Amino acid sequence: MSVNLSKGQGISLAKSDGGTLTAVRMGLGWRSAPRRGLFGRRTREIDLDASAVLFADKNPIDVVFFRHLISDDGSVRHTGDNLVGGVGQGGDDEAILVDLARVPVHIDQIVFTVNSFTGQTFAEVEDAFCRLVDETNGQELARYTLTGGGDYTAQIMSKVHRAGSGWQMTAIGEPSNGRTFQDVVPAILPHL
Amino acid sequence: MTAELVRGQNHPLGHTRVEVRIMAGGPVVAGVTLGDEQGRLPGAEAVAHPGAPSRSGVDVPRDAAAEQRMAMDLEAVPAAVHRVSVLLALPTGAAGPAGFGAAAAPSVAVTGLDGTGIATYTLTGLGAETAVVAIELYRRQGAWKVRAVGQGYAGGLAALLHDQGLGAPQAAELAAVIEEAVGAGRAAAAPAPSAVRKGAARGERRSGRPEGDVPPVRDTPSGQAAPAALGAASPDVLAKDRSSPGDGPAAGTPGPAGGPIDYRHPKRSSAPVSPGVQPPPAAAPGAPPGQDGPPAPVAGDAAGWSMDERLYNQVWGMFEDLARTVAAYRSAVDFADSRREQELDAVLADPRNRLGSAAGTARAAARDRHAQLVDRARAALDRDLAQLAAESDVVEPALPPAYAAWSSPVWQGYHAPLERPMALRLGDLHLPEATGLRIPMLVRLPLERGLWIDSGGAVALREGHDPEREFARRELGSALTDGPVDEAERRRLAMNTAVAIAARLLAVHPAGEFAVQVIDPGGTAAPALAPLLETGSLCAAPAAGAAGVAAVLETLTRRVDLVQMAVRSRAADALPADLDTAEQLLIVHDFPHGFDDRAVTQLRYLADEGPAVGVHLMMVADRAQAREFGPVLDPLWRALLRITPVPDAHLADPWVGHAWTYEPPLAPRGSQVVRHALGRLAEARRS
Repeated sequence: MSVNLSKGQGISLAKSDGGTLTAVRMGLGWRSAPRRGLFGRRTREIDLDASAVLFADKNPIDVVFFRHLISDDGSVRHTGDNLVGGVGQGGDDEAILVDLARVPVHIDQIVFTVNSFTGQTFAEVEDAFCRLVDETNGQELARYTLTGGGDYTAQIMSKVHRAGSGWQMTAIGEPSNGRTFQDVVPAILPHL
Repeated sequence: MTAELVRGQNHPLGHTRVEVRIMAGGPVVAGVTLGDEQGRLPGAEAVAHPGAPSRSGVDVPRDAAAEQRMAMDLEAVPAAVHRVSVLLALPTGAAGPAGFGAAAAPSVAVTGLDGTGIATYTLTGLGAETAVVAIELYRRQGAWKVRAVGQGYAGGLAALLHDQGLGAPQAAELAAVIEEAVGAGRAAAAPAPSAVRKGAARGERRSGRPEGDVPPVRDTPSGQAAPAALGAASPDVLAKDRSSPGDGPAAGTPGPAGGPIDYRHPKRSSAPVSPGVQPPPAAAPGAPPGQDGPPAPVAGDAAGWSMDERLYNQVWGMFEDLARTVAAYRSAVDFADSRREQELDAVLADPRNRLGSAAGTARAAARDRHAQLVDRARAALDRDLAQLAAESDVVEPALPPAYAAWSSPVWQGYHAPLERPMALRLGDLHLPEATGLRIPMLVRLPLERGLWIDSGGAVALREGHDPEREFARRELGSALTDGPVDEAERRRLAMNTAVAIAARLLAVHPAGEFAVQVIDPGGTAAPALAPLLETGSLCAAPAAGAAGVAAVLETLTRRVDLVQMAVRSRAADALPADLDTAEQLLIVHDFPHGFDDRAVTQLRYLADEGPAVGVHLMMVADRAQAREFGPVLDPLWRALLRITPVPDAHLADPWVGHAWTYEPPLAPRGSQVVRHALGRLAEARRS
């Protein structure tokens, strides 16, 4: 089940068997740039970055990105920066894992963003996507195709937020511009 | 994937038909006991052994062998049976080793019938025991699990069976029957008829009982047990079993001419861990495993090539977990505080609240919200702390001496090691949120940085009730009175800390591979140095006076320089013969008294260049007094790791940067454990 989300669509992260989600993964994949020049030295590498911003009541508390791979509380982990992309066949080149059961009590929203660090717009990147996966069974909960997403260098993808005793996911899909998550934070705030 | 179990750990089976394989360093007898929920045996018929190899659901080999396989069909086991224990015993014949500690550690593998691995367990740490419960398979909420037990019995099979609930005479009788059956089985497998007589004679001598008393040994019908429907239920199980007596003796029994191989180190007086001080089972046997909630913690539950490495990684994992869970708590409390402030400010700023009771209600609501959030954060923290405390309770007793506190029983059974350990416990760390939970501060060996034990007055003791100080008062006794620690007392404690760490470094290195030198210009450190001096642990008398300081520093500087040259030009054999290549620790007491500029320069050189070539520096000095030298000493100060002789929050963790309170590794008051360990080391050095 791969849901191609539309903007603003919400999905409860309750599982079909009644249990709630305990772990989700945000995956980001794109195809690396074609080799150019002698030894491929002059290839214009494409570096997309996935980030997660942890909010408590609309105040950013912690950020997980390529310079801070694990949130201080240990509940959100980035698997490491990929600077060039992959083969573009659907595998995640960067991933952020969220252990929802361990998220501190005051954190009520986690927003996932994608930025183009090297500045290519999503129109220039091939096979770029980001998705949200139920880490316990590998099921894909939501997927965005970034390629063809227009003249933008950033995307606010989605947020998971507390709802009752469990968590819910809401698609945001808001295009934006910026090199890192910091440029995107002002654009996130209206979506909280 | 095959799970590699450590003692006390359990693992789901996932199959009801399994095969258990035993690999031992010499022939062993394998048996199975079928116990009830408490692990008690109803009688001799609940034991499958070489004399009665088939019980319902279980078949064991008939002979002693170094490799054993037994098939089990757990569905065919009677419903009253809740624990199926696999036991190993050494045959008591003349050829056998005296205890499991004398041969290579036996290992047990549980596999599915198709050979897929489920779990393995190596029974390490056995000594004089001649019988051992290796693993048990037990029912848990309708499913079967396997647990690594490793409980040894020096009293042999009889003691083991007695412990499982058989009466003492009955247990002894059954043990004798088993031994006799093993003897007969071996005889039957032997080709020559003369061997039959030999085997029988051996059995007779061992049991000392008339033959007639013994039930028929071979082809014992399983009728005396519960009706064995196994043959019909799982023919493949039996087929596997049939093959085992054939390949068992051929593979296992070492030639009598070869004799048993003693794996013990010839120079060591006894087994590595003397029986009296064996670490207790990793998980309390009575602890209910596999219930809802977090699994019971197990020592060594981390990745690594050796137990030392696994424990090291586990301790660091606990360190990180504690840092992170406290970070989550502090972040939540900070947020709750700032939200309350904002809400209270908003109440004040709202002109409508100037009159009436609305302001009071709003303030109360803000405080309630604050308290609620803090309560929830505290609950999450308490949950994590309880889990970490349980893990700490299991891990601490399992730590080897280098990682253990002086108060640990492993130091009482200390022997000079043969290898340098991975790391050393430099002290304990804790956070104010969890003063009861102490994380061992393990640093890798060889030390990458020297140490600066700060005898200065930087420690600002807080007024009023303070758990830190309570602890300090309890553990350090007279060290801390209600007033600030006076200067002389701090100096004394600093030197005691230096000696405790030096003694630790000496004791965890193999004899003769670590040397300690002391520079004590004023001669004031003698009382603290007594344990080192009395056991002859120093390679030379403490250097006193300016001349002594200069001489020691000159020698060490030369050593570092020579070794560096040798390493750079890859000419280790060109080093002069009189050069001591052991790792060296230089304790510098009372710095900066009696040190001239040249000596200070040499110390800086040693601090920078020494660790790479095995020369380590330990300064015992007052940071404030050292400042008199001006900024010259700052690089030296930064190159060394600062630790304090009294608990002080000054160490930051690498993940979130909390300030951790460090406590030095001092032996309990009145304890002789340091002298004892150094004495054993001196013996090892002499032998």
